[in-house]
Amino acid sequence: MREMLRFSDVSLTYQAENGEVEALRDIDFSVYEGELVSVIGPSGCGKTTLLSLIAGLEPPTDGTVTINGTPGYMLQKDNLLDWRTIRGNVLLGLEICGKKNTANTDYADRLLGTYGLWEFRDKHPSQLSGGMRQRAALIRTLAVKPELLLLDEAFSALDYQARLVVADDVFNILKREKKTAVIVTHDIAEGISMADRLIVLTKRPGKVQTNILLEFDPPDATPLKRREDPAFRGYFKTIWEGLDIHV
Amino acid sequence: MCNVISPERVAYLDGKRKRQRLIRLCQFSVLLFTVGLWEGLARIGIIDAFLMSQPSRVWRTIANLQNNNLLSHIGVTLFETVVGFAIGVVLGIFIAFLLWYSDFLAKVSEPFLVVLNALPKIALGPIIIIWVGAGMQAVIVMALAISLVVTVMEMFNGFKNTDTELIKMARTFGATRLQTFIKIAFPSNLHTLFSCLKINIGLTLVGVIAGEFLVSRAGLGYLIVYGGQVFQMDLVMTSVIILAALAAMLYRMVVFLERIVMRAVKGS
Ligand SMILES: Nc1ncnc2c1ncn2[C@@H]1O[C@H](COP(=O)(O)OP(=O)(O)OP(=O)(O)O)[C@@H](O)[C@H]1O
Ligand SMILES: [Mg+2]
Repeated sequence: MREMLRFSDVSLTYQAENGEVEALRDIDFSVYEGELVSVIGPSGCGKTTLLSLIAGLEPPTDGTVTINGTPGYMLQKDNLLDWRTIRGNVLLGLEICGKKNTANTDYADRLLGTYGLWEFRDKHPSQLSGGMRQRAALIRTLAVKPELLLLDEAFSALDYQARLVVADDVFNILKREKKTAVIVTHDIAEGISMADRLIVLTKRPGKVQTNILLEFDPPDATPLKRREDPAFRGYFKTIWEGLDIHV
Repeated sequence: MCNVISPERVAYLDGKRKRQRLIRLCQFSVLLFTVGLWEGLARIGIIDAFLMSQPSRVWRTIANLQNNNLLSHIGVTLFETVVGFAIGVVLGIFIAFLLWYSDFLAKVSEPFLVVLNALPKIALGPIIIIWVGAGMQAVIVMALAISLVVTVMEMFNGFKNTDTELIKMARTFGATRLQTFIKIAFPSNLHTLFSCLKINIGLTLVGVIAGEFLVSRAGLGYLIVYGGQVFQMDLVMTSVIILAALAAMLYRMVVFLERIVMRAVKGS
């Protein structure tokens, strides 16, 4: 399997006016082609920082981040521009990358069609539900054909029910488009149900605490189905106990 | 969609409409009363029409615009205002963009902008006349002096406060700073832009009239000064009234433009 992403002893310390913040320490792991990897960890442990490193938005203080292929980053908020239509929003990434040609526009339109937003293409973001907006944001990211997708708590703006449905949705989209993805979440159940592998970070400074392969039966079961799998409960228990959470 | 309108809703809308009509009626009455009082008092000689002019004389002056060149003076003022306004807006946005582009430049310019903003720009009048000559160009520069700093500061503030999440989103696609400006910072500040334009149209008029006071060749500002000097209060009053109408008209045009742009941009 091709290695899509490799962290070798990566550390990152932020320099701010009121001092240094050590966000990540000695991070070491790889992600392979076609894998969906979840990253969970306590608030402020450096999950977003991890994605910023992959996307090249921040340079590491120490170590190296190697990526094979172009990353596509989906942020926590959908960040749709309300002065553009849904189609205009979806094409934004292509415009910025200078790749807005007929072939790519057709691809984006096809994605809109496949994922149920074609009838809404001329609507503005405020006229769509939260789940649809999230899907539009995902299509905006997919339109530039990234080989490595980064999702940062992409569902946390949704209510619980919508969240389950959209997670299912996104999982199917990612599997169908055969994408490699790093999915950041603070929801253990979501992390387990959506991924092939799970990485748990310790509290700040974030270090890799656990890195386990998740195996379900059947292997391509959707997140909702996986939640019913007995293996799911086992993974949940292991991780919950490992987290050592005190309230 | 719900097509059935409840009786409460009908009553509410009705009340609202009535109130709106009452407000209009009162506004119109105030205007009519003031004009009527002015005319009446002048006719029975309680106020001196020579010093105060009177509505019928103002009307005669307006009706006589073929002979007194009023039209060409209005044209001059309008032209100077439109040119000053356009240059001010374009230049102001451009400078605000530069400041937004380079944080360093913004920090360096900050104290200068604050001083320039506080300075009464009218004081620059004589300097402007000597530097650019006593013509229309001096009037336009005066208008710019008054409106530019405000535009720069307002727009810069708006750009600076653009949602950082939106900017981060653009950066995830590898957007350059210029692309970020064109795709994100500028369009998300259309509201700032239009509130700025509304302030600017007034400020530009202030600058134009002040400039015409100083340069005194043509325009409504010139007519007001000239009328004052030769004690033709009819001319002064007429010019002021036309100026008020002009200001209102220009403001309405900005509001109209805003509505068109916002509708085009927001859909529905
Ligand atoms: N630009 C920055 N400058 C200074 N400190 C920062 C910066 N960005 C993040 N930090 C700090 O680094 C640490 C890790 O932040 P990060 O956003 O990566 O955490 P996170 O795991 O994504 O948290 P959350 O679960 O709340 O989203 C936090 O303590 C945060 O305060
Ligand atoms: Mg985060």
